Amino acid sequence: MSQQVVDPSAELPEDAEVPHVSRWQRIALGSSTSIFLILVAMIVVFAVLHPSEFATVDNVRNLCTDAAVLLVISVGMTYVIITAGIDLSVGAVLVFSGVIAARLMNAVGGNGWGTILVGLAAALVAGLAWGILNGTLITKLRVPPLIVTLGTLGMAQGGALLITGGTDERDVPTKLVDTIGIGRLFNQIPYIVIIAVAVALVFGVILRWTRFGRYTYAVGSNIEAPRRAGISVDRHLIKVYALCGTLAGLAGFLSLARFSTTTIGGHSTDNLNAIAAVVLGGTSLFGGIGVIAGTVVGVFIPVVLQNGFVISGVQPFWQQVAVGAVLIVAVYLDQLRRRTQYRD
Amino acid sequence: MPEPLLEARGLVKSFGRVHALRGADFMVNRSEVVALIGDNGAGKSTLVKTLSGVHAPDAGEILFEGKPVSIPTPEAARALGIETVYQDLALAPDLQSSANLFLGREVLRPGILGKLGFLDNVAMRKQTESAFGDLGVGVQDVTAPVATFSGGQRQGVAVARAVTWASKVVFMDEPTAALGVVQTRRVLDLIRRVRERGLSVVLISHNMPEVMEVADRVEVLRLGQRVATFKRGEATMEDLVGAMTGALVQS
Repeated sequence: MSQQVVDPSAELPEDAEVPHVSRWQRIALGSSTSIFLILVAMIVVFAVLHPSEFATVDNVRNLCTDAAVLLVISVGMTYVIITAGIDLSVGAVLVFSGVIAARLMNAVGGNGWGTILVGLAAALVAGLAWGILNGTLITKLRVPPLIVTLGTLGMAQGGALLITGGTDERDVPTKLVDTIGIGRLFNQIPYIVIIAVAVALVFGVILRWTRFGRYTYAVGSNIEAPRRAGISVDRHLIKVYALCGTLAGLAGFLSLARFSTTTIGGHSTDNLNAIAAVVLGGTSLFGGIGVIAGTVVGVFIPVVLQNGFVISGVQPFWQQVAVGAVLIVAVYLDQLRRRTQYRD
Repeated sequence: MPEPLLEARGLVKSFGRVHALRGADFMVNRSEVVALIGDNGAGKSTLVKTLSGVHAPDAGEILFEGKPVSIPTPEAARALGIETVYQDLALAPDLQSSANLFLGREVLRPGILGKLGFLDNVAMRKQTESAFGDLGVGVQDVTAPVATFSGGQRQGVAVARAVTWASKVVFMDEPTAALGVVQTRRVLDLIRRVRERGLSVVLISHNMPEVMEVADRVEVLRLGQRVATFKRGEATMEDLVGAMTGALVQS
């Protein structure tokens, strides 16, 4: 047997090919950077064209208020999509939780914080229950998330209609509407916006810096990796779907506060809007990649477009066309990034 | 002769009507590189999976440091100081190499933040850099996702992970099967360095020159049983192939 003469410590040509990517380059190539620039460009264009209508405190407040409920759902959706899953049931869970909260608050009666807290707890628990059901069916029965959550979408929506008999619950404690619904901190910042921002911040930090977040990425990146490392993948997935459901429940409560009705028929596309926002924000549908900051940007794209088109006198239907096009571009960029930066 | 570190006696494992192991024996000494060879279907992978807690044997005995043990789960194997580098590496490609190295064993921040589950990424990166340095894994940037690495670098990350956590034995299932010539040399070099640390390595391989070069001992499986063992230099390549195919019977 002849000894091959190779110095193992020598720089391998294959290793040398790996380009050293600096922090700034990585941000520039990052999955949410391009969409952030698109959002900034849209805001600049509308602000220049209509400074007296678009770039006003009132309008910014409206934009943020419109985005708040969708942002809360989309934060949970971000976690789910990072695990390479999907949750179609969020809109239906939102409605169901709102109905449960409204019913319970009416049953308790009164117009105080106690009643409101009961309603909030009910909405959260209802959302949590649907989330745990989703996660359990997905992990234990091994039915794909698309099908499980399509099923629970129907069940939650049907359940809400059964409970209400198909008519919206309009009796909502006025104190809830006056505070969380339309109230503002220092008469400036709507409470509903503060709540949504807090949710995004807290769960953004958890995703980025904690073990729970790390496992979320690991599960989506290669489910075998955490499994062989002794991590209970099933339990983690159930927790992620439970989180998504609970946030949908919170969104149901916020929606109830804002509109003072259960808006049963008004959330049939919430799931798709949330998925679009998450994907626009650079989260990969193949799992393993995504940040909450990107989702925040993704939520604002349709909201800013809608608002800007209305102000510009463009038919607002164009917003749907534009968001659809941007969505396809966003996924194309994700694919391109994987092809150019990843080796396989 | 000192007692073996890990010993299997008469292991039997069947999957339905397939008898993967039919009374297989196996032995690893301390600080030793043992190559486990055999033809396809000889039971190599099943044997390794049985010893690393993936499969429970139907019959037979496993001794660890002379005492009988049962290894019902991979966690139990890990608790004994046994780590496995799987053929598919089981890395999360979107995570940094330090995150992969510490997957399932994350270092948390001290104090209240750690209680809340906050990761100490700086500490994990530093330990990863030193582990790569010790083992000669050629990765310049431990913060880059593993997906941007070459095949050899990925193998290096997987081996470094196993070596970092193993205190006794590292199983490697065909670690060079997908690698080029130069990268294969690096992995063999890595295996020697692992032995120098006092760990034992069990190497599953089809590559006879590689086996003869790196292994202190070779154990040959055929049809679910050990049919031969050779010490370094005792066997020619023809002997190994003969034992694998049944042409050579060791008395």
